[in-house]
Amino acid sequence: MSFASTPRRYVIWSIFTGVALVIIVKLLMLQVFNDEYKILAHDIAITKKVIYPPRGVIYDRKGKVMLYNQVVYDLVVTAYEVPDDIDTMMLCNALGIDTVEYKRLFHRAAVKNGPRRKSVMIEQLTPEQTARLQENMYAFPGFELNERYIRTYPDPHAALVLGYIGEISPLKLKDPKYASYRQGDYMGINGLEYTYEEVLRGQRGIHFLERDNFNRPTEPYRKGALDTPAIAGRSLELHLDAELQAYGEKLMANKIGSVVAIDPKTGGILAMVSSPSYDPNLLRGRHRSNNFAKMNLDATKPLYNRAIKGEYPPGSTLKPMTALVALDAGVISPSFGFPCTGGYYNCGRRIGCTHTNAGHAANLRIALANSCNAYFVHILRMMVDAQKYGSVKKGVQRWHDYFDDFGFGHPTGVDLPYEKGGYVPDSAKYNSMYGGNWNSCNMLFVGMGQGEVNLTPIQLANAMCIIANKGYYYTPHLVRSIGGNPKDTILKKYQVRHKVTNIPDTVYNIVALGMQDVVEHGTGRVAQLPGVNVCAKTGTVENKAVVDGQVVKMKDHSVFVAFAPREDPKIAIAVIVENAGFGATWAGPVASLMMEEYLTDSIATNRKHLETRLYNANLINPYVYTIDAAQRLKDQVRWERSVERNRVNDSLQRVEDSIRIKRWFKKTYGI
Amino acid sequence: MANTGKSVFGRVDGITLLLYLVLVFVGMMAIFSVEYRSTDPTIFMMSKSHMRQFIWLGISLFVGLLIIFTDSKFFSSVAYLSYTIGLVLLLLTVFIGVGTKGSASWLGFGSVKFQPGEVTKIFTSLAIAKFLSSPETNFSTLKHRLIGSALALVPAVLIVLQQETGLALVYLCFFLVMYREGLPHIILIIAFSAIALTLATLMIEKTILFYIVTGLALFTALLMRKVLSKEKMLAIILVGVWGICVLFSQLVVPFIFKNVLQKHQVERIYTTVGQDVPDEYLAPEDRGKGSTISGYNVWQSKIAIGSGGLTGKGFLNGTSTKNEFVPEQNTDFIFCAIGEQFGFLGSTALVLLYLGLMLRILVLAERQRSAFSRIYAYCVASIFFIHFAINISMTIGLAPVIGITLPLLSYGGTSLLSFSILMAILLRLDADRQVMIR
Repeated sequence: MSFASTPRRYVIWSIFTGVALVIIVKLLMLQVFNDEYKILAHDIAITKKVIYPPRGVIYDRKGKVMLYNQVVYDLVVTAYEVPDDIDTMMLCNALGIDTVEYKRLFHRAAVKNGPRRKSVMIEQLTPEQTARLQENMYAFPGFELNERYIRTYPDPHAALVLGYIGEISPLKLKDPKYASYRQGDYMGINGLEYTYEEVLRGQRGIHFLERDNFNRPTEPYRKGALDTPAIAGRSLELHLDAELQAYGEKLMANKIGSVVAIDPKTGGILAMVSSPSYDPNLLRGRHRSNNFAKMNLDATKPLYNRAIKGEYPPGSTLKPMTALVALDAGVISPSFGFPCTGGYYNCGRRIGCTHTNAGHAANLRIALANSCNAYFVHILRMMVDAQKYGSVKKGVQRWHDYFDDFGFGHPTGVDLPYEKGGYVPDSAKYNSMYGGNWNSCNMLFVGMGQGEVNLTPIQLANAMCIIANKGYYYTPHLVRSIGGNPKDTILKKYQVRHKVTNIPDTVYNIVALGMQDVVEHGTGRVAQLPGVNVCAKTGTVENKAVVDGQVVKMKDHSVFVAFAPREDPKIAIAVIVENAGFGATWAGPVASLMMEEYLTDSIATNRKHLETRLYNANLINPYVYTIDAAQRLKDQVRWERSVERNRVNDSLQRVEDSIRIKRWFKKTYGI
Repeated sequence: MANTGKSVFGRVDGITLLLYLVLVFVGMMAIFSVEYRSTDPTIFMMSKSHMRQFIWLGISLFVGLLIIFTDSKFFSSVAYLSYTIGLVLLLLTVFIGVGTKGSASWLGFGSVKFQPGEVTKIFTSLAIAKFLSSPETNFSTLKHRLIGSALALVPAVLIVLQQETGLALVYLCFFLVMYREGLPHIILIIAFSAIALTLATLMIEKTILFYIVTGLALFTALLMRKVLSKEKMLAIILVGVWGICVLFSQLVVPFIFKNVLQKHQVERIYTTVGQDVPDEYLAPEDRGKGSTISGYNVWQSKIAIGSGGLTGKGFLNGTSTKNEFVPEQNTDFIFCAIGEQFGFLGSTALVLLYLGLMLRILVLAERQRSAFSRIYAYCVASIFFIHFAINISMTIGLAPVIGITLPLLSYGGTSLLSFSILMAILLRLDADRQVMIR
């Protein structure tokens, strides 16, 4: 049957059926034999929403909140959904702004994410604004109050301990260690917020949402079957005593320096003051970078945690440690005496000593009480020159090992970032200083805490713990328990007892009694507390600074270390006030007031005058600012020079390269 | 009369009615699924399209019932009158019509709006049936063929003037009817050749196409040189065909693209064949920018349908259609909702439902005693066919995006009502298939 003779109705039948078949074949290709569209549909229609858990709260040792999440409200607007006839006046009144400002903010929000999507119109409403708005929100369709948390410090203290959070930096984003973070995420940048980031952060939840063509989320995908919930960050309970911390910061106001107080029985840090400090609330929210930049330029360096980063020669406060090394090495016994008559002459030049009367260093206890320089430089020399080590180099190495065990010369491992280690010289150091040709006389100042040795305040406080505990210490740390659990594996390392000497307790008692004598009738009388046997050691530390290329001797640092009570030590403390003078004048009262506050919860009335004296003292020398400004200028010039040098080097390199290429061309192609 | 024993109700064709109801139900579900949100308090929300469509269905059934109880001779007697009224309405719309996106094909009476172009399909069907079935008409004469064509083309031209080219294309389906009633076979061949030539014009550069057409003509002449030397007439025809082809591709298509079609239609057509729009059809400021994004609709539509897979994502689980990625998805692109939620099996079933309905109408057509009823039934089948073919083809990227609805499924009162009236009249005429209607 030819086409022409086919009944026409069959032709029409065939056309209908043919087209339907073509459609079905195309559908088969599109729907069954092609997966591309399924993936595309999933990609365009499903969006992941990250649910941020609240960060962990930080409590002090008494359960007082030190850092928590405050609920704040942002006013969010979807411009497209705002009708023209809303009562703008009423909204402006609730917000406390005028209509011109309202129009500006509204327009900005509408432009930011496009009119169909939500944009923040006003960030962090004040509580008054929030209260006024919440009553009337029904009258403003298109507007919403968005709840969010911000980190808040109830008291303006312990800023450097608690640290702060900020947006993750682009550099860290590239680091595989931070793979779970994404741009715009907040993370701890310093302090406990940084160290315990993993604990505090909690676990983010992910909600899968369907979205529409304007990218607005509509409803949960598969009714939320694939969603994971957010898990709140765990809390931290600290050893820190918020009251003691605040008191310490108050005492140290207008001084440059640091206080570290440790409970020797646990290694828990009771207070860690670095002065000057700042109000931690300055480093949160939208003003963070602004305030940070300002404080970063401050000559007194409020952002610098001197308690773990400040490295100072310990001065006389190191003498008990020198004694411990000599005792443990067996080169002296507690009854060892040195016939000091006001100076040390064994190394060819005189080393002065405050006392001149005979017998002021008749034995260890008396020598400690009188802080006899000659005695301690001598026992250091005896230690490093001891026969059993074979040579002074090996002796110094042995001495260095002792100090290393004491936690000197390397970071203690406190749970704060960027800790510094101080410095303890070893034989290699003296080899390089003196070309291998040296003896114990070259290092004798170290015995009295001057010279090459540098310690941080936390190391000094830890040294007091060793004496208080009679031979061991726990790594100083701030966190007592995590989420109420003191046995958390993260905290295991802080529960290891480090035994560092093999000296019998009786000998330790003699050292402690010597330190008690310092308080009873020595240089540290200011630290006497009624009914409490305080053991202490003062230090008046000579120090130098490089000013304008010249080494200049600066005013002495005032240093004071102590622990109390002697029989059952509950607190060990180290105080440094920079460039303030005698140890007993400034550091001493600070240490003793803090111990009194901690041990008795109050300050005796007859000691109130010490408080007043400290509150009123401004010990920040004006030259701090001058030196800082000069240093900055110098850095600036140095930086500019290096930039210029690099520029010149670069262009020279380019010229050289092009000449080389030309030569190569000539050689290879003859052109 | 064989059927007098039964009431008119009993004589209505059950299969057709059932297919009609099933399709309307599927459409209602599809519209519901597109706007459904799990947060909706109730499914009976008047703000939602499916409830409005439900009301339109009520109106349609009521009107259908009225038609069933009307005398079957009434429709042929008012054929010309209604056609005239339809033309007046269309003419009126050209001048006072309102609308969106550059077109002005709607007439508004207060809050009620309707599209005369949809309704005149019915009137045109009646008029063509009346004219072709008239005893005075001799459809083998050129004059009457031209009159028949004019009946279909005049409303189409008026609709083109309303900038609604897509709807106007529907009127070309009446040529299928006229083919059934005696237009020469050559009409079909010419129609398919024209489509092929148009596609070639779009996809091949003009001058190259000229060489190809000329080459083909010379090749044919070479093959048939012996016959041609005897039959001078054939040579003239060959030259004529060549001339028409060249004229069409070099002049007619560019003319239509430049002067008749809208810019977005040109873009759509080129997008469908996978080509960039040539610079000559673009406004001077748009030239040289390459491809436009007019393929977005088809792209999203294909994603929605393609992601359905074999069995679909399940009812109310369509992520693309539910979230408005596909534009106009409850009207022109309602097929996406079926494709995404019910997959290949569901969409094939729907295609087969349509095919079944169309073939059933052809069966009804061929059993009519009177020519009027038969021709009218062919008109209905053809209208269904062209809507069905173009609409589904455009959602799966087989045809350019032309804004015409999927019969009985798409959301829209005028569309549902006019298709329902078309069906109701058909069922009424079929109920009296033994009666001679003139």
